[in-house]
Amino acid sequence: MAVLDEVKAIIANQMKTPAEQLTPDTPLEGLGADSLDLIEIIYAIEEKFNIDIPFNANQQTSMPFSTIGQVAEAVDQLVAKPAS
Amino acid sequence: MNRVAVTGLGIVSPVGSDLEAFWSAVVGGRSGIVPLTIIPTGQLKVRLAAQVGDFDPRLHFDDKRLSVLDRFAQFAVVAARAAVRDAQLHFDAELALRTATIIGSGVGGQTTTDDSFRRLYADKVEKVHPMVIPRQMLNAATSQISIEFGLKGPAYAVATACASGSHAIGQAFHMIRAGIVPVAVAGGSEACLTVGTIKAWEALRVLSSDTCRPFARDRSGLVLGEGAAVVVLEAWEHAQSRGAQIHAEMVGFGMSADAADITAPSLDGAARAIAAALADARANPESVDYVNAHGTGTLLNDRTESAALHRVFGTFVRRLAVSSTKAVLGHGLGAAGALECVVTALALARQVIPPTANFTEADPECDLDVVPNEARPGPVELALSNSFAFGGLNAVLALKAVH
Repeated sequence: MAVLDEVKAIIANQMKTPAEQLTPDTPLEGLGADSLDLIEIIYAIEEKFNIDIPFNANQQTSMPFSTIGQVAEAVDQLVAKPAS
Repeated sequence: MNRVAVTGLGIVSPVGSDLEAFWSAVVGGRSGIVPLTIIPTGQLKVRLAAQVGDFDPRLHFDDKRLSVLDRFAQFAVVAARAAVRDAQLHFDAELALRTATIIGSGVGGQTTTDDSFRRLYADKVEKVHPMVIPRQMLNAATSQISIEFGLKGPAYAVATACASGSHAIGQAFHMIRAGIVPVAVAGGSEACLTVGTIKAWEALRVLSSDTCRPFARDRSGLVLGEGAAVVVLEAWEHAQSRGAQIHAEMVGFGMSADAADITAPSLDGAARAIAAALADARANPESVDYVNAHGTGTLLNDRTESAALHRVFGTFVRRLAVSSTKAVLGHGLGAAGALECVVTALALARQVIPPTANFTEADPECDLDVVPNEARPGPVELALSNSFAFGGLNAVLALKAVH
């Protein structure tokens, strides 16, 4: 499965939204994702791809992505360098 | 209703277990946040904490006693000994029957749990120490203090995460005020710096990887701490009749629940707890001089707490000094409220307002006088100590200066 589809599946599962309704342009906030949803999504992605996504909930500016497409891009880049 | 005197203070803290050393670090803004050395950090991303680095349990307990004491109970007993010594209180058989013991902790014997689970799951050892259960139980600190001094009155543990110490002290205060007991030994203790616990906090994405900067624009999260604080509370007449020193008078305790999010704080819940403490103290907002803030250094806490103070104090927020001593002490979870109660009592006794250390620049969303980096002389007549816990359980203590 392509990274984008995996990411869609994880987000769809967390947000209880059908994956077919998600596109690369879907904003996470538009799905009603709160901070706990976000860290659960990040955790699920880290587990799935064995990567580390740097994210500190206290630094708004470090919010790594706002759309599903940006999540998938970030994962693509991080998959190249697996977690230590 | 009895007036309630604070007659004994005892601590085990990241900046020393002697009250003068502790106060000097808090007032001087000298942080106890350091690179972790008490546990292996190979598996950790966050490798700093406000650890109690200089604590040697063998200086305080013999081998037989140590076999039943987790680190959190060791801290609690040592802090209780210091508080009782400070109060110069002797428990005779009659008083012991009527003395309450109430100690809060967020997670109890976490060191014991972590060690015994590692033996089973990682080291594949088939047996654990026979005293694992009595060491790890959340009421162990209360029980060990009760045993230490032979205290036979009401005794229980309080678990409200980061507000445990404040809830414990507040309950003891209400018990004395209501005339149920004349004396209480109350506080909070935590020894949560284990690999398993820190990994779990890392996963919440709220830990700072540099230091704790409460209310500052560039804050980066909370830093875990550990330690214990115990206070001796006494009915006013009881304290006076024996000529006890009185550090401060406890005058109010307010509680509330957010009934909202399990981790995110609520403006409404925090404001209701602060207002409840003022009402319990029969005090007006304009009479408060100092608030020892919950001030964890997370974005959500600091902004919500600021908004709650603005809601309760209105324009009087301008004459309020608000500082978070977590920049010095870290966030000791169940011990935090008790340590901060001791800070607040000392601020009233010494007439000095401790600073918010590590402060860089103001966050416009936290429009408060946070006493940046430099302590300030009083007068401080009435002060609050705020604790807002995960799970949305809030506790605020109100203390008054004694002249």
